Amino acid sequence: MNEEVAAADTVIQAKGLVKRYKEVEAVRGIDLEVRAGEIFGFLGPNGAGKSTTISILCTLLKPTAGTARVAGIDVVHDPAGVRQRIGLVFQDPSLDDQLTGRENLDFHAFIYSVPSSERRKRIDEMLALMQLTDRASSQVKTYSGGMKRRLEIARGMLHQPQILFLDEPTLGLDPQTRQTIWAHVNELRNSKGVTIFMTTHYMDEAEYCDRIAVIDRGQIVALGTPDELKAMVGGDVVTITSSQPDAAAREIKEVLGVTPARDNGTLRMEVPDGKAFVPRLVRELKAPVDTVSMRRPSLDDVFLKLTGRAIRDEEASATDQNRAMASRFMARRR
Amino acid sequence: MSVNVATPAHAVALPLPADTRMATLRAIYIIWYRDILRFWRDRWRLVASLAQPLLFLIVFGSGLSSSLGGASTFGTKGGLSYIQFMYPGIIGMAILFTAIFGAMSIVWDREFGFLKEVLVAPIDRSAVAIGKALGSTTQAMIQGLILLVLAPLIGVTLTVPTVLAMIPLAAVLAFGLSAFGVALASTMKSMQGFQVVMNFLMMPMFFLSGALFPLNNLPGWMTVLTRLDPASYGIDPLRRVVLSASGLPGPVIDRLGLTINGSVLPIWLEAGIVLAFGVVMLGIAVVSFQRRD
Repeated sequence: MNEEVAAADTVIQAKGLVKRYKEVEAVRGIDLEVRAGEIFGFLGPNGAGKSTTISILCTLLKPTAGTARVAGIDVVHDPAGVRQRIGLVFQDPSLDDQLTGRENLDFHAFIYSVPSSERRKRIDEMLALMQLTDRASSQVKTYSGGMKRRLEIARGMLHQPQILFLDEPTLGLDPQTRQTIWAHVNELRNSKGVTIFMTTHYMDEAEYCDRIAVIDRGQIVALGTPDELKAMVGGDVVTITSSQPDAAAREIKEVLGVTPARDNGTLRMEVPDGKAFVPRLVRELKAPVDTVSMRRPSLDDVFLKLTGRAIRDEEASATDQNRAMASRFMARRR
Repeated sequence: MSVNVATPAHAVALPLPADTRMATLRAIYIIWYRDILRFWRDRWRLVASLAQPLLFLIVFGSGLSSSLGGASTFGTKGGLSYIQFMYPGIIGMAILFTAIFGAMSIVWDREFGFLKEVLVAPIDRSAVAIGKALGSTTQAMIQGLILLVLAPLIGVTLTVPTVLAMIPLAAVLAFGLSAFGVALASTMKSMQGFQVVMNFLMMPMFFLSGALFPLNNLPGWMTVLTRLDPASYGIDPLRRVVLSASGLPGPVIDRLGLTINGSVLPIWLEAGIVLAFGVVMLGIAVVSFQRRD
């Protein structure tokens, strides 16, 4: 990590954050800086320490060691000051579904001391921005998953925070809804200039971010723009199939100086410049080549390279399990 | 390493709640208001909730008064029926159950995530306990006082002064028990403990409160328990008011009322005891909420 002086537009600065539970060290020394107005993504598998880190930055957890300043305020010394300046959208829903959308927003405006002269105006504006105006007077229990998420984002913005924290904002939503949420988040950033700090374990979503920190086992293993991270993989991923894969692999190594990864009849290689490599490959290879494909590396490739394993949905999080238990309990009561 | 990270100038100028006390009051108000809104939205529940007291009064009351017959303490003297005796107790029951259930909705809020929205807000946590206690108090008062519409059926004549006396007494009982419920809920992490509270606290509190039978001439152990039950001190004043409205002579009322070492407690003292209990419980709830990480 570079040791530059925090720029004037740094809105989040963490240094050496550590969170230790009895035996587990969930966060093991995290440094990061987030600039004003950017969408900063925190990417990693479940249990990597994403939620713990975001909780420390939101003052919901105290770090065991290290410091963090959010909106210029120390998270340990003045948590209330931080909370007034940040918006939060939790991983788990936190709406009152008996109330209407507008009532949920009203509640928030009150507990965040939004001036009464501004309350209605801001609520109307956020409802419009999140395209919830027509459903504002319906009870939240009638909302779809995506609408609930949008309402939570609208709510998080009501007190005009400098930074909006989104913890897995699209968890459990279908791909189309996820895309809508992203469009809204992006619009929010553009129209309100708010900094977005989000966690996700969906690789494709991380592409929407300006910068990404890849976290694994409590540490940041890479940080950069999506393109910078992908460049770490080494250019392009070229895949060929051949009826004589052994001969092809040998030739590629000898003639082209690249060691392909072998998977049955498929050979996969990472090359700096795929567009120049493919014609050479076809020209110089004597072994038969049946198909050639080339693609840009994805963040999946990046994660694979950095950690040696693929990111995936591991077992359901503890909260999910709790929630499932709660709903079983409710079902029994009814 | 970074050299003295200065606080950006604009951060200082941002509007914070100018007056924390005002912010806390606003938060108490909106937490209370949310409870009332939900209560009002669920109006059918208000109607449905009349079923249980009615069942008690009609089935339990009629059944018991006919089997007790003229032999009962209240059978002949002053023309008081068991149902009339029980009626204020049933109002107390409605208040007891609504207050504690209402306050325990905090546990539901925790289970379904809404509590998080409140707990992360830049407000004093005491607002959560106070707002919730006041919300349950209001609901319990309404649930209890709505039973006054049954008075003509029971043969109790209500006058304006009687009703005006009932309101503050119902409020005090509702507050004491709501605060108790909030204190309980503040220590509970999940719905699991709910059944325990129901069976080991609410039901005993109800049975020992004097709602169903006079608290005099009981076995010693039971006398002690009934005097430890805060609900006893809330239900007795309600009964005194209702019975004196029914034209029952004072000495008879005293004989049916709550005594300590044989002496009758004045209504204001009883109400004071419940109020003090409520304040202590609320204090515990506030501390408990503030201590959560």
